[in-house]
Amino acid sequence: MTNSENTAENKQTILNAYVGFDTITQQIEKKSLKRGFQFNVMVVGQTGLGKSTLVNTIFASHLIESKGRLNADEPPRQTTEIEAVSHLIEENGVRLRLNIVDTPGYGDQVNNENCWEPIIKYIKDQHSAYLRKELTAQRERYIQDSRIHCCLFFITPSGHSLKPIDIVVLKKLSEVVNIVPVIAKSDSLTLEEREAFRQRIKAELAFHNINLYPYESHEDEEQEQALNESIRELIPFAIVGSERNVVIDGKAVRGRKTRWGVINVEDETHCEFVHLRNFLTRTHLQDLIETTAHIHYEAFRTKQLLAIKGSAQPSSPTPMSSPATPSTNAGVSPAAGSAR
Amino acid sequence: MAHRLGGRRKNVKKGFQFTFMVVGTSGTGRTTFVNTLCDSNVLPNKICDNPEDAHIEEGINIKPISVDLDEDGVRISLTIVDTPGFGDNIDNERCFHEIVAYLERQYDDILAEESRIKRNARFRDNRVHALLYFISPTGHALREIDIELMRRLSPRVNVIPVVGRADSLTPQELKDFKRRIMEDIEHYSIPIYNFPYDVEEDDEDTVEENSELRALLPFAIIGSDEEINVNGRIVRGRQYPWGAVEVDNPKHSDFGRLRSALLSSHLQDLKEITHDFLYENYRTEKLSRTVSGGDQEDASLNAEDMASQSVRLKEEQLKKEEEKLREIELKVQREIQEKRAELSSKEEALRSLEARLAQAQLAD
Repeated sequence: MTNSENTAENKQTILNAYVGFDTITQQIEKKSLKRGFQFNVMVVGQTGLGKSTLVNTIFASHLIESKGRLNADEPPRQTTEIEAVSHLIEENGVRLRLNIVDTPGYGDQVNNENCWEPIIKYIKDQHSAYLRKELTAQRERYIQDSRIHCCLFFITPSGHSLKPIDIVVLKKLSEVVNIVPVIAKSDSLTLEEREAFRQRIKAELAFHNINLYPYESHEDEEQEQALNESIRELIPFAIVGSERNVVIDGKAVRGRKTRWGVINVEDETHCEFVHLRNFLTRTHLQDLIETTAHIHYEAFRTKQLLAIKGSAQPSSPTPMSSPATPSTNAGVSPAAGSAR
Repeated sequence: MAHRLGGRRKNVKKGFQFTFMVVGTSGTGRTTFVNTLCDSNVLPNKICDNPEDAHIEEGINIKPISVDLDEDGVRISLTIVDTPGFGDNIDNERCFHEIVAYLERQYDDILAEESRIKRNARFRDNRVHALLYFISPTGHALREIDIELMRRLSPRVNVIPVVGRADSLTPQELKDFKRRIMEDIEHYSIPIYNFPYDVEEDDEDTVEENSELRALLPFAIIGSDEEINVNGRIVRGRQYPWGAVEVDNPKHSDFGRLRSALLSSHLQDLKEITHDFLYENYRTEKLSRTVSGGDQEDASLNAEDMASQSVRLKEEQLKKEEEKLREIELKVQREIQEKRAELSSKEEALRSLEARLAQAQLAD
């Protein structure tokens, strides 16, 4: 009743009968289903860390090939190349166009200076392409979204700390894309080693102020905040991937059979694959797409548009001053003659 | 290689001296391997508790450490050279340089010592007899840095490739990985130490032993300095939620066989190849590079006969040095003369030019 200017908007009006506008959610769903969804994920890490295997494990199908050198005749790659693969997958009537961008050659050379530049360039190019389409006079109703929604960064399971190159790249990438770091091939680390490694990595990331997804947002409800907190505790996820099945207790599960035991990829006591998979696909898929658009793309867009505006201004427009000084009007004095 | 055994009997009391180097990027299990081999914490594990240090590129740090081992009653005075920092920088070109420089410095020391008139009987031979290169268990094939390192170092030292942290590979993956690595080594013609044997000259046992070891290359290493309980037995190993790896179990790891090859069966062979082949090659290369090669040749020949000839040698050396100095003097004098001649001819040319110019002006 009092200071009602603020509460006026939040005051709910009581309805006298059922209207039925609550079906808008189903209407939206129907339209969305028809349109289908798009998700673009990038994998970054040295060769041999199981990037392709992990992606194939998360999406439960053979989507990308390993780009590792398997033949003596094949020369080692000399630069980071960008390779994108597109797949259409469906689950219960929901169609997802999945684009996977691989970065073979990253970090593999003796001298890795600037091996991250092609990656940053690619990410920015996607933002750029989207911006251009947005700014076109006659633009499409639904712009094809090729912007990278999530970048999985693979950390070598050394058990020690992040490498200098990891830190440089994580810093640069976190400024343009949602980054989710994972500890690759974590089946070579014992549980204690993993935990110690994880804590060290977190300390190093914090020290360098590297901002990882999920970001803090004041709009989140308590439940979401709690979930995000628990995710942040887990990051970097210690994962193991596998496309092959092993038999445990009569059931076929994805895993690895070693000489001393069988690793079950989906067992939470063996690795954190399940957490990563749920995080990416079951809880934060929509949010990843949204934050890419609302945070990273917006930042890019702002910068670009300001830059365009800045270069469009003529060099210091001299004031159309003193309209009535006869001398300036009359004489064609070369000195006064600038602009216009 | 039969004399190997004979040599052992003779040296049992004195013990052996052996030096090996371990090279590999951070986290491939170098330090743990060395500690497992010596069964004690010889090398400190990398300390990375300070988050402020992670981004610092340290370059490579070459550190030798000495340890005494008892191997079946035989004393081995072991020197282990660790190389932390290799491959961990953004640009690793310099790392190769530094390792090669270290190896060559040890050779230079021996070369200098051999050429001395009075040699130090207790001179410590620090030449590296074997280099264990730890390959990251990617499961694919060799990386550029692997190929480059082995290629650049094998002319100076016996390179033995090993797969570090081999517990991240399943048996099939390991088999394929080993095969591809050996194919790469063959393809790039990298001369690694491959337990050489001669089917005709060596006895059956040696041939069999060496071909078995050769077939194991690169050795799949899993190390551990901790003990775990496996079904009641206390063994060195690593405990995972899905099972336990035993370091000394030959079905799990090639550690045991590498250790015995390195410290007993092939220790002599590695030393001999280092001395008779690698060092000799270096020596030849180096000496043919020096201007007055004849000098050093004499010195090393006569060194064998030092007792009776030491005085004469000294005189000869002094004379030779005087000659050298005289030669240098002459050379310098010649150069001065040449320069003077040049200068005077240039002055002449200048003068004639001036003259012509003057004439031309006059003509105007």
